[in-house]
Amino acid sequence: MKYLFDSLTANWNLSPWMTTLALVLWVVVITAGVLVFMATFAGFTSWVERRIAGRMQSRIGPNRVGPFGGLQWLADGLKCFLKEDVIPKATDPVLFRLAPYLVFPGGFAAFAALPFGYGIAASNIDIGIFYITAITSLVVIGILMAGWSSNNKWSLIGGVRSAAQIISYEIPGGLAILTVVVLAGTLNMHELVVAQGGWPWHWFIFRNPFTFVAFFIFFASILAEGNRTPFDLPEAESELVAGYLTEYTGMRFLFFLFTEWANVWVISALLTTLFLGGWQIPGITDLGATIAAATSLGKWFWVLLSVAMFFIKTSALVFLVIQIRWTLPRLRVDQLMIMCWKYLVPMGFVTLLGSAIFLVLPREGAWAWFHLSVQGIMTLIGFAIVAGLIGRAWYNIHALKDRISLENWL
Amino acid sequence: MNITFPDIVFVILAALILGCGAIVAYSRNIVRAGFSLLGAFAGVAGLYFLAQANFIGAAQILIYVGGVLVVILFAIMLTRGIAQAHSTNPRQMVIPATLMGLISAAMLITIALYFPWRLRPDAPVATVHSLGNALLDTYLIPFEFLSLLLLAAMIGAVMLVRKEIKESGKEESR
Repeated sequence: MKYLFDSLTANWNLSPWMTTLALVLWVVVITAGVLVFMATFAGFTSWVERRIAGRMQSRIGPNRVGPFGGLQWLADGLKCFLKEDVIPKATDPVLFRLAPYLVFPGGFAAFAALPFGYGIAASNIDIGIFYITAITSLVVIGILMAGWSSNNKWSLIGGVRSAAQIISYEIPGGLAILTVVVLAGTLNMHELVVAQGGWPWHWFIFRNPFTFVAFFIFFASILAEGNRTPFDLPEAESELVAGYLTEYTGMRFLFFLFTEWANVWVISALLTTLFLGGWQIPGITDLGATIAAATSLGKWFWVLLSVAMFFIKTSALVFLVIQIRWTLPRLRVDQLMIMCWKYLVPMGFVTLLGSAIFLVLPREGAWAWFHLSVQGIMTLIGFAIVAGLIGRAWYNIHALKDRISLENWL
Repeated sequence: MNITFPDIVFVILAALILGCGAIVAYSRNIVRAGFSLLGAFAGVAGLYFLAQANFIGAAQILIYVGGVLVVILFAIMLTRGIAQAHSTNPRQMVIPATLMGLISAAMLITIALYFPWRLRPDAPVATVHSLGNALLDTYLIPFEFLSLLLLAAMIGAVMLVRKEIKESGKEESR
């Protein structure tokens, strides 16, 4: 959002010191805005997740506070504020208090580089996606710190499991990211979206068979990095109580959960940006040129439409991520490591190489038709898979006849 | 003297690095020493960001915080009885070590002050593109050589820790 600041302060004639101060103030304002978005999203998602979980487990879920229980998250947040902050005697007090403050920025800082729409990103740094992968590794340290300082075996096992899982899954995740970075030739999040198009067959996921596989590798790895089921071994409640969060209470506990739910948004936004065309609007080939040509009111319309596109795609993925959590059983530790090192990492290398081969293939003449038909076939396959899943769900619902109630959806 | 905003940030970051470094060196609790490394690494990354070397800064965080530090902490946490500071960290050599540190610091500062550094009049714009091109063009052979070295180190590590399963089915370390 630096360009907005520049255009705002262009005719103010500020002294260098005042400009710096104004810039610092601007950064604070933007950060506060992103923080508010993250907080409300995390809270709202906690309610959505609990409602969906309730439906999937044939119960109701929170329904008392507000319409359909929609204000439950505010009540929970207030409750955590008022709870006593218990710090057990046997803990390492300094590290125990510090850990939530390391986990929180690790999850929050990723929001800085997410492109929410055309030109709507807190910071448009040239290393966007690399920055996000780097900064989220702060979470590992925080989790290890929480696990160790709790002085509790379950916490320690949870912390070490989480760290092992995150640093292992960073590798297939990084390879899958590289697969699309090779195609786009940039690490900048904005340019990664620009390299794709509005219609599904322009998206990176359907660009060639290898990126299609890379999408699923990335999905699995980033779910594991976010400690989401089926990879939530660090918090496996059947064996570890609550893993590294066992000893935490009140706001410190909430900080961990905050990060976890905010991570759901980061996961979905990254998938949208890298593979599903980000904020691109179907039918518009060059959004930048369209916005430059539009009137001042039209500019707002196009920008808001791009934001809406991004939110639709990301929200759909958030919904999917939540459904995956309540559908799949948890993996075992050895299965987790086998899946990462024996399957995802070699597959990641193959997708990277294959995508690079597609990149060096010529694009002129008959080759253009080849590329177009590959994209078309991949899109058809993708939609066939989605249609198959929907069909199966439809069949299952109808096979149950009156034993399932589809009323009272919320 | 004209103090600018980057100067203030630099002083804060330097204080962070030195403070955390002191904890790493002097803390008797080796776990806390390990976690203090985080501050030192993050401070160095901050210095890179201050110098507008975004890529190096992010790489510093990714490799040192996300990789090296985690491995160090793993090693610390998997060692038995590490929390007993008296047996694991007796702190016998504080004075000689401090003296050695001060001497080497004095040498480094002297070199830094007297070396004729070449100042570039224009701020270099180190984008990822130019870095990538330099690595795969001008410096291709050193780059590949380093990759080979890392690969050799990795294979060596695997060879050292590998277990061989004998025909009887009994595992035996090599």
